Amino acid sequence: MSDTQKIIEIEVLRYNPESDQEPHSQVYKVPFTDDMSVLQGAQYIKDNFDGSLTYRWSCRMAICGSCGMMINGVPKLSCETFLRDYYPNRIRIEAMAHFPIEKDLVVDLSGFMEKLEAIQPYIIPKEPRTLEQGEYIQTPSQFAEFIQYTSCINCTLCYAACPQVGLNPDFIGPAAIALAHRYNMDSRDGGQAQRMELLASEDGVYNCSAVGYCSEVCPKHVDPGNAVNVNKIHAAKDYFLRFLSPKGGSK
Amino acid sequence: MEIYKADVVIVGGGGGGLRAAIAVAEADPSLKIALVSKVYPMRSHTVAAEGGAAGVKKPTDSFDYHFHDTVGGGDWLVEQDVVEYFVQNAPKELIQLEHWGCPWSRTQDGHVNVRAFGGMKIERTWFAADKTGFHILHTLFQTSIKYPSIERFDEYFCVDLVEEDGRVQGVVAVEMATGEFTLIEGKSVIIATGGAGRVFRESTLGGIVTGDGMALAYRHGVALRDLEFVQYHPTCMPVTGLLFSEACRGEGGYLVNKDGYRYLQDYGLGPLQDKPKNKYMELGPRDRVSQAFWYEQQKGRTIEGPLGSVVHLDLRHLGEAYLHERLPLIYEMAQTFMGLDPAKDPIPVRPGVHYTMGGIQTNGKGATSLAGLYAVGECASVGIHGANRLGSNSLTELLVFGRAAGEDAVNYIRNVTPGNSANLLKQAQEVEARMCALKNKTGGTERISTIRKEMAQAMEEGCGIFRVEETMQKTCDKIAELRERFKNITIDDKGSVWNTDWLSAIELDYQLDVAQAMAHSAVNRKESRGAHQRLDGPNGAYKERDDVNFLKHSDAFYVPGCAPKITYGDVKITKSPPAARVYGAAGEQADQERKASNV
Repeated sequence: MSDTQKIIEIEVLRYNPESDQEPHSQVYKVPFTDDMSVLQGAQYIKDNFDGSLTYRWSCRMAICGSCGMMINGVPKLSCETFLRDYYPNRIRIEAMAHFPIEKDLVVDLSGFMEKLEAIQPYIIPKEPRTLEQGEYIQTPSQFAEFIQYTSCINCTLCYAACPQVGLNPDFIGPAAIALAHRYNMDSRDGGQAQRMELLASEDGVYNCSAVGYCSEVCPKHVDPGNAVNVNKIHAAKDYFLRFLSPKGGSK
Repeated sequence: MEIYKADVVIVGGGGGGLRAAIAVAEADPSLKIALVSKVYPMRSHTVAAEGGAAGVKKPTDSFDYHFHDTVGGGDWLVEQDVVEYFVQNAPKELIQLEHWGCPWSRTQDGHVNVRAFGGMKIERTWFAADKTGFHILHTLFQTSIKYPSIERFDEYFCVDLVEEDGRVQGVVAVEMATGEFTLIEGKSVIIATGGAGRVFRESTLGGIVTGDGMALAYRHGVALRDLEFVQYHPTCMPVTGLLFSEACRGEGGYLVNKDGYRYLQDYGLGPLQDKPKNKYMELGPRDRVSQAFWYEQQKGRTIEGPLGSVVHLDLRHLGEAYLHERLPLIYEMAQTFMGLDPAKDPIPVRPGVHYTMGGIQTNGKGATSLAGLYAVGECASVGIHGANRLGSNSLTELLVFGRAAGEDAVNYIRNVTPGNSANLLKQAQEVEARMCALKNKTGGTERISTIRKEMAQAMEEGCGIFRVEETMQKTCDKIAELRERFKNITIDDKGSVWNTDWLSAIELDYQLDVAQAMAHSAVNRKESRGAHQRLDGPNGAYKERDDVNFLKHSDAFYVPGCAPKITYGDVKITKSPPAARVYGAAGEQADQERKASNV
């Protein structure tokens, strides 16, 4: 390390359910270089100061979706957020908002996983095909309908951003709705009617107040807010057509 | 202790584990499957694979071509019957994924598109932009949700296997959120825990890639085969090691040295062509391209900077729009992590550790020498990669052999009765006591992070792109020293909830075992083949491939407290006798000669 080593103060919201009544702040002075991410800052603390600091991480390249946290109050992936952008000020990192904290920066994701499973995130074939028949044909315009919504990495930053998730934890939420929309829009899929029941339910799309912060924080430009709002229209249409057809309006 | 009784236990929720789980669920829906993973499945490192998955697609291609590319690419240290099965099943599995919703990139007429890849004679790499692993993983994970017989144990960390009467009968796992131990009984166990590249310093790999399953099988007497063959990917970000996909070159990118010269033409990959040509230049195999970097560095023709020696990956001529379409992740990574615009700036790169060709020894269906135990994917050595893996063969491997292992496990358990539960519980309790003793011990002084760093440094020094006896031996000695020092570690966190301090100590323990097997396998292979290149030997004898003595798989066996025992096993040759491994114009000529002699 050179003489000009810069030091940044990282304030971490710590919480250990086995010893703490409630979360509390702890400040660490971390030497850093300009290429260091916030995640590497946390790793420095764990390796050198306190091995009990707890956070999720893996790929370091913003694709595994593990390392989301609140950084100065904004939901971000810590692997692609850099200490240099906060220096010389202190940086504050906390567990993602709107999730129960399990320990330090680790939150309970079981609720999110249940929502993700509930929307039936798999192809329900419109026209089943055997392997011998080869691949489905998808034209560029059919492909364009859904491809953007396949980019979600399940980092749940959009849940930490969504004020409505904060008010109603049962709200299916942006990422799960975007995933439902991804399959609904896929020309291979015929499951929209099955998924609509949940999307149009009291925990579905109508919870959204169209703030759009979910899309703003999305690191992969999925625009879940758009998926939610498009489905408000689909759900409304479905609601009216339900009076005319016992199977509902979809498809 | 919690007890869960499954029929098949799968450890690892990446591409291989998920494909195996679906295969079991489809083969017999009445079987209970426990899918155990230390991360949520969609975090598994399959997620970071970029370029694509190989399988014959074009009418001009053939299984035979894919076979010969793979066998030659592996420098003949390959099980040829297994490769035959692999290439024949690859397209079916890739179509199956398409039916499950994988967003493969398409041609204008709506068919799945394929791209060129290193060492492949014909374009046969199916791709989903440059996020192929991500899309395969999410497609498999989301599809797995359909099957009620798959019971997931997300964020459960596997600490041991239990066996009885010479058969594996389940695993012991820690629920990370609580620290509680669970015995998960199963008549068969499939290990799909990925590679071990994190034993090195500069690697493309995620923090979870710590060789857990390799170490578990190894400690239970199963050989780790061909572990000396470690793939250095030629185009990685300096320092972090993050990957710039081979697809960059598949799409037409250049590698140039400090003089702007496409230096690969000097290393048996030329001559220079007007446009990208398969198996020439930048479309050479990874071992050769990484070795060329080393030579350039020796000659002083690399670019020296604050991040060390680099060459340039030049994508500028491909144009911004094309880069956004074909390589969007690469574009973003260059911008975010390096502050570069790949449409305007060349990208500084150098080789980094990427893949372990070797692994848990299995037969062609993924079965190991321990009855009931299977291994799939990077943790396994099923025999298709040999001494050097061709890019895009490993994603397909997950699918082909994930299914094969899953189906074979279903057949196997038909004739197996469950283990004696009392006996298994007793074993599990002993495992728990051992693990808790590690956590609770006091008075240690060694920090985990220090040992981890020294291990990674030693592996890089001894088991790099080129190797000599002296440094390999030093690495062996260093790992032995670190094994001793590990006994004196200190764990700051004594709690039960989410104790990643403790779990990373267990991971380090796994890593030291795998690193030791790697280094000893390396020093014992006295020849140069694929990714294992030596510069020494009497009169430089080890610089050459030695088929007389070393057309053999190395098998490393665990010896508690000592160096591993290394033995050698035969290589299965069916229709491709070992020949000179040549690329570029020489490769094309050799191809024609082979064809002529077959007629």
